Amino acid sequence: MSAPPAEPAARIELRQERDVAAARIAVSRAMDAMGARALRKTRFVTAVSEIARNALDHGGGGVLEVYRLERPLRIMIRCRDEGPGIADLDQAMTDGFSTARSMGKGLGGARRLVEAFRIESRPGSGTTVEMEAKP
Amino acid sequence: MSEAASIYSVDKVLLVAIRDNITDTDIINLQEDLSERIVNEAARGVVIDIAALEIVDTFVGRILAQLSSISRLLAAETYIVGMRPAVAMTLVELGMDLPGSKTALSLSHALRSLKAKGLA
Repeated sequence: MSAPPAEPAARIELRQERDVAAARIAVSRAMDAMGARALRKTRFVTAVSEIARNALDHGGGGVLEVYRLERPLRIMIRCRDEGPGIADLDQAMTDGFSTARSMGKGLGGARRLVEAFRIESRPGSGTTVEMEAKP
Repeated sequence: MSEAASIYSVDKVLLVAIRDNITDTDIINLQEDLSERIVNEAARGVVIDIAALEIVDTFVGRILAQLSSISRLLAAETYIVGMRPAVAMTLVELGMDLPGSKTALSLSHALRSLKAKGLA
């Protein structure tokens, strides 16, 4: 994935459950600052919650960075973990596929809720997810 | 009792107010507290107010569905109230329309339904 465009507006370490809530709050505030519409904010923050929880539950923790991109104005997050990675990305993106306690709708659901979704993962080298949306 | 939710008892109905930014552990504690109180207080109705929740993701959605199922097995009719329109639209897109859960627009709507059935 390409280099981040600028300094992140926020950076959240995902080490415990409270940090998933902290990630939601940070993204929610960043979108408020852009004058985001309620539905767009709800969709994006929900997707962030799924991705942050995945990094914590499957990746053993990680880092979530929030970026404000200009022309056109949009929000972007990058979430990295150093976990075991995902062996079969297509399978992981399919609704109903779950290796943990979830319903298996998280990853595929997050992709449907955002305008741009990129995922990079290799077994043994962690997972990085980038998501973007208009405010 | 978890800090992320409060359970109030009114007549035979348990009112559960879920606060924003509830964590996974909080919500599992809530599940346990609520099931015990349904039995101990012989509650016939449960109303779960989620108006404070800015978002409901797949984890919280699954817990809400489970709370409804547990309450039903313990013979208490359960309503989820106060869902924000944007949350409803997002849940449908996530493929989680809470099929086993009854919903009502507000607490007073839910109480009216429970009273009509003689459960409150």
